[in-house]
Amino acid sequence: MADMAVQSDVMEASGPYDRARALNAFKFGDVTFYWITRACAISVLLILGGIILSLIAGAWPAMKQYGFSFLFTARWAPSADPPVLGALGPIYGTLVTSVIAMLIAIPVGLGIAIFLTELCPQWLRRPIGIAVELLAGIPSIIYGMWGFFVLGPFLADSFQPFMIRLFDGVPVLGSIFAGPPSYLSLFNAALILAIMVLPFITAISVDVFKTVPPVLKEAAYGVGCTTWEVVRNVVIPYTRVGVIGGIMLALGRALGETMAVTFIIGNAFRITGSVFSPGTTISAAIASEFAESDGLHQSGLIMLGLLLFVLTFLVLASARLMLMRLEKKAGN
Amino acid sequence: MNFMKAIVAAGLVAASTSAFAADITGAGATFPFPLYSKWADAYKKETGNGLNYQSIGSGAGIKQIVAKTVTFGASDMPLKPEQLEKEGMIQWPQAMGALVPVVNLEGIKPGELVFSGELLGDIYLGKVKTWNDPAIAKLNPKLKLPSDAITVVRRSDGSGTTFLWTDYLSKTNAEWKAKAGSGTAVEWPTGVGAKGNEGVAGNVSQTKNSIGYVEYAYAKQNKLTYGAVINKAGKTVQPTVAAFQAAAANADWAGAKNYFVILTDQPGEASWPITGATFILMHKEPTDKAASGEAIKFFKWAFAKGAKMAEELDYIPMPDSVVKLIEKTWSADIKS
Repeated sequence: MADMAVQSDVMEASGPYDRARALNAFKFGDVTFYWITRACAISVLLILGGIILSLIAGAWPAMKQYGFSFLFTARWAPSADPPVLGALGPIYGTLVTSVIAMLIAIPVGLGIAIFLTELCPQWLRRPIGIAVELLAGIPSIIYGMWGFFVLGPFLADSFQPFMIRLFDGVPVLGSIFAGPPSYLSLFNAALILAIMVLPFITAISVDVFKTVPPVLKEAAYGVGCTTWEVVRNVVIPYTRVGVIGGIMLALGRALGETMAVTFIIGNAFRITGSVFSPGTTISAAIASEFAESDGLHQSGLIMLGLLLFVLTFLVLASARLMLMRLEKKAGN
Repeated sequence: MNFMKAIVAAGLVAASTSAFAADITGAGATFPFPLYSKWADAYKKETGNGLNYQSIGSGAGIKQIVAKTVTFGASDMPLKPEQLEKEGMIQWPQAMGALVPVVNLEGIKPGELVFSGELLGDIYLGKVKTWNDPAIAKLNPKLKLPSDAITVVRRSDGSGTTFLWTDYLSKTNAEWKAKAGSGTAVEWPTGVGAKGNEGVAGNVSQTKNSIGYVEYAYAKQNKLTYGAVINKAGKTVQPTVAAFQAAAANADWAGAKNYFVILTDQPGEASWPITGATFILMHKEPTDKAASGEAIKFFKWAFAKGAKMAEELDYIPMPDSVVKLIEKTWSADIKS
């Protein structure tokens, strides 16, 4: 508004004031602005469409060859004649690592966020906040190398044998935590993923927790709520949508993370019940084999990429649906 | 003004011709990349002509040379003669490397443990599961080996190294051939995959009771415990440059069409059985004849003067007899 006032001052000073012309100029500016921003927004759709189309074109030979059996075949034999390719192994690995990573990262990430906003003494806030930001800034290949040289050996020598002994003979858990211990495994990759997605959950949760009006919290404290009750019944319900958004962002990263996972997952196209055995994820499989692939093998890898795309889309879409339902509930 | 224009034009022409002279481009295998870049560096100092080599993998290198976007392609896997003929290309081996089985076993010194191709195949099939298995003990009667489980380590990325390894296992172990076969990426029955030679070397040196395969240079530089292997002639050989060169010299290069020789499991008492060459691919009738001629000059220079540099980087130069054959091929087949 201030700008407009200044402009009309200038116009008045420069000659007889033509209201219609000035309004026209504004209108023209508005229309131009509208179309520029609209073009930017539409370009996203075009780019996305282009990516989908080129993925489908690249995956076409494999689609024709394997059809839906691609989704349910657990064998990956690119050197067989003709190649036998199935995505079940990588799909399984992607889902298992992401689920374990989220199981660890959600409680820890929310815990950090709640501590930072509700409980943390002022002097400790900055160090912890900066540490979380730094975690997000570490390149994924560094996580991969650290996992390979430090975390993997530690887990295989100390943590895994302990878990295997602990659950030995227990019906379901016994086969989930089955030996032998391995430096490179689904579980190790999931743990690295958990550390990598932690900052996403924490940073977004901290930001939305700060939006809770102090008066709500003060009122709750005023009627005698404990800190736990305030967090549980005021802060979390008020920020639910934002927190879930952060979690979904983290899940998206976990599904697609490539470099760190390739280093530490063991890259084996196998499905065993144990999380301590080597496996692979969709993105790790593509990153590993793409450079030296050709023909049907390469087409199969592109189809894996398309699958990851669809998988991520489904996750984000279901998150949207869930949010919509929550908002409706809140509205009622 | 005209004078100025002439100068600018002359400058442009000079710039384009000098860029032209330096315009040898190649792409392909990652394995010979350190060697080619060292050669290119020395060649540039000597002649002023540069070489731009992109190590993008053998498969991608083949694609690029077929599409004629580069002057030469490089592949760790030779193309079949029919395929070469169809594309109007020739190939020749430019340098060699060798693979060694490496282990991480307490108390075992380099070269002590003896393997056969069949045994390595059985280990990689997951049939031989522990180090005290009778199949290992039979070849190593004097060594005391633990009862621990064997951790099998292999490459996760598609690679020429894996092709040589699986090709050797296919030639010596029938069950391996039927179940996994040979290729840059195969269906591994067991084991964990690590990225690159450095990944396998790192993994083996960290994991107790593990076995892996790496290029000789990586075993040497990382001081890994390598094993000896029984070759086709039934002799136990140690991985030495002499043994690698014996494998190349004993191979039937003259009788092979288009140098289609895979150097694994070659005859000869001194031959190291897991040796491989890295190949250069070029068109017989190149679109850019000048660049192609420059490339041939470079490779000729590399054969004549590059042997010592190759050895410094733990590559193995081609034996003289093979170099003579290749030079004949150049003059007969490439039109420039």
